[in-house]
Amino acid sequence: MGNIKRENIEIQLLLDAIFQKYGYDFRSYSRAHVKRRILRRLAMTDLETVSDMIKEVLYHPDFFDKLLLDLSINVTEMFRDPSFYMTVRKEIIPVLRTYPFLKIWHAGCSTGEEIYSLAILLQEEGLYGRVQIYATDFNEVVLEKAKEGIYPIDFIKDYTVNYQQAGGTRSFSDYYSAHYDYVIMKKALRERVVFADHNLVTDGVFGEMNMIICRNVLIYFNQELQGNVHKLFLESLCPGGFLCLGSKESLRFSKYYDSFTAVLEKEKIYRKKYGDIIAPLKKQPVPETQGPISKI
Amino acid sequence: MKYNAIVIGVSAGGMEALSTIIPQLSPDLPVPVLIVQHMSPDSDSYLIERLNELSDIKVKEAEDKEKVREGVVYFAPPNYHLLVDDEGILSLSGDERVNYARPAIDVLFESAADVYCPGLIGVILTGANQDGSAGLKKIKEEGGIAIVQDPETAFVDRMPRAALEVVEADHILPLETIGAMLNTLAIIDSIVLD
Repeated sequence: MGNIKRENIEIQLLLDAIFQKYGYDFRSYSRAHVKRRILRRLAMTDLETVSDMIKEVLYHPDFFDKLLLDLSINVTEMFRDPSFYMTVRKEIIPVLRTYPFLKIWHAGCSTGEEIYSLAILLQEEGLYGRVQIYATDFNEVVLEKAKEGIYPIDFIKDYTVNYQQAGGTRSFSDYYSAHYDYVIMKKALRERVVFADHNLVTDGVFGEMNMIICRNVLIYFNQELQGNVHKLFLESLCPGGFLCLGSKESLRFSKYYDSFTAVLEKEKIYRKKYGDIIAPLKKQPVPETQGPISKI
Repeated sequence: MKYNAIVIGVSAGGMEALSTIIPQLSPDLPVPVLIVQHMSPDSDSYLIERLNELSDIKVKEAEDKEKVREGVVYFAPPNYHLLVDDEGILSLSGDERVNYARPAIDVLFESAADVYCPGLIGVILTGANQDGSAGLKKIKEEGGIAIVQDPETAFVDRMPRAALEVVEADHILPLETIGAMLNTLAIIDSIVLD
């Protein structure tokens, strides 16, 4: 029965070591989730205990890179939860259409499938020409994949179904070219996208956005860290800006709940309230008719 | 022994099994009940609504970062793993499938064992795979109680049999008596032996 307690101490020490050596902070992630991922990696090695992993992490950056991939969840797909994209198309786009220029931040974009989905949707709705999309992730390996936009052809069938269910108006094959076992997404879909390294745990406000999409990222954080990120999003949104979370990610248990209005609770789409300043903003709120985008 | 929680894993034949067990649970159950029922990723909430109607105890879908309460039955949502964090905070995860399943029983059982053992009761019911065996084994190793549905009474016996292969169960029970046993363990034992 001492196993669990000892393991928990070891995991705490491992996370401390990772933070001190590499600057990645997993100490406020859901402990149950982190433990599961670490033990899974342990089972794939010859190492016996989590303590052995501490030495491995400190002396072998290669090993840490593997662990980093384990700890960042990269389960994603194009037009994931098609009803979300359908809702954005029907309910959010008409509002976004009223802005002369749009800034959208997709936080935790992983390997980029949802970035291309968003770009396709905005193209079809005629908004792509006046949008700047910021695609961020803390993991440079997946960010590089997102930038390349190359995906195994095996998934395309499922993605095509998703695209159609999401209200797609064209043929999905218009958006990629196939090469043997892979497809490469059309270059135009990347033109308005800036891929950047950003860590929601340790990095700050990103700019003033009309919309923030961050789906199925916050469930891996504990409640306190979730709260910090809700605050970060609040500070990064213009008044009336949209926050889109994953279908099981609610603001209900957040202390910043009152600073948002639930527009579409089912799809977890919220809006930052107007005139409800919860914390000193780092800069003056920019009016909705903001000019050219400032450098981030 | 005072118990902290009950976890239940069930797969094929679950609707019938749960419709038998959950309505038998006392609304005064002094512990939370956490359930993984394997289902298709796009199932609706029919099962939960139906069980809520049939039962005195409250039945709901688990929400991310919700704090568990006594006398409530929580279901893992379709397509998400359900985990228990310290202090009984629930976490969901879209992590890869385990035993071809999401939600997976092992994921719930193993994380619940971390938080609740030795005061944890693990229950394996009907099903056509072996998910839950590893989790039940961990519960036993950490001093908890293992209950397995008598394979003879299971709609599909593979899951109970797989569990019995790796765990010496404390109780092997026909479906109809499991609810009463859970009431006894959670309520009576905590009064008598506390």
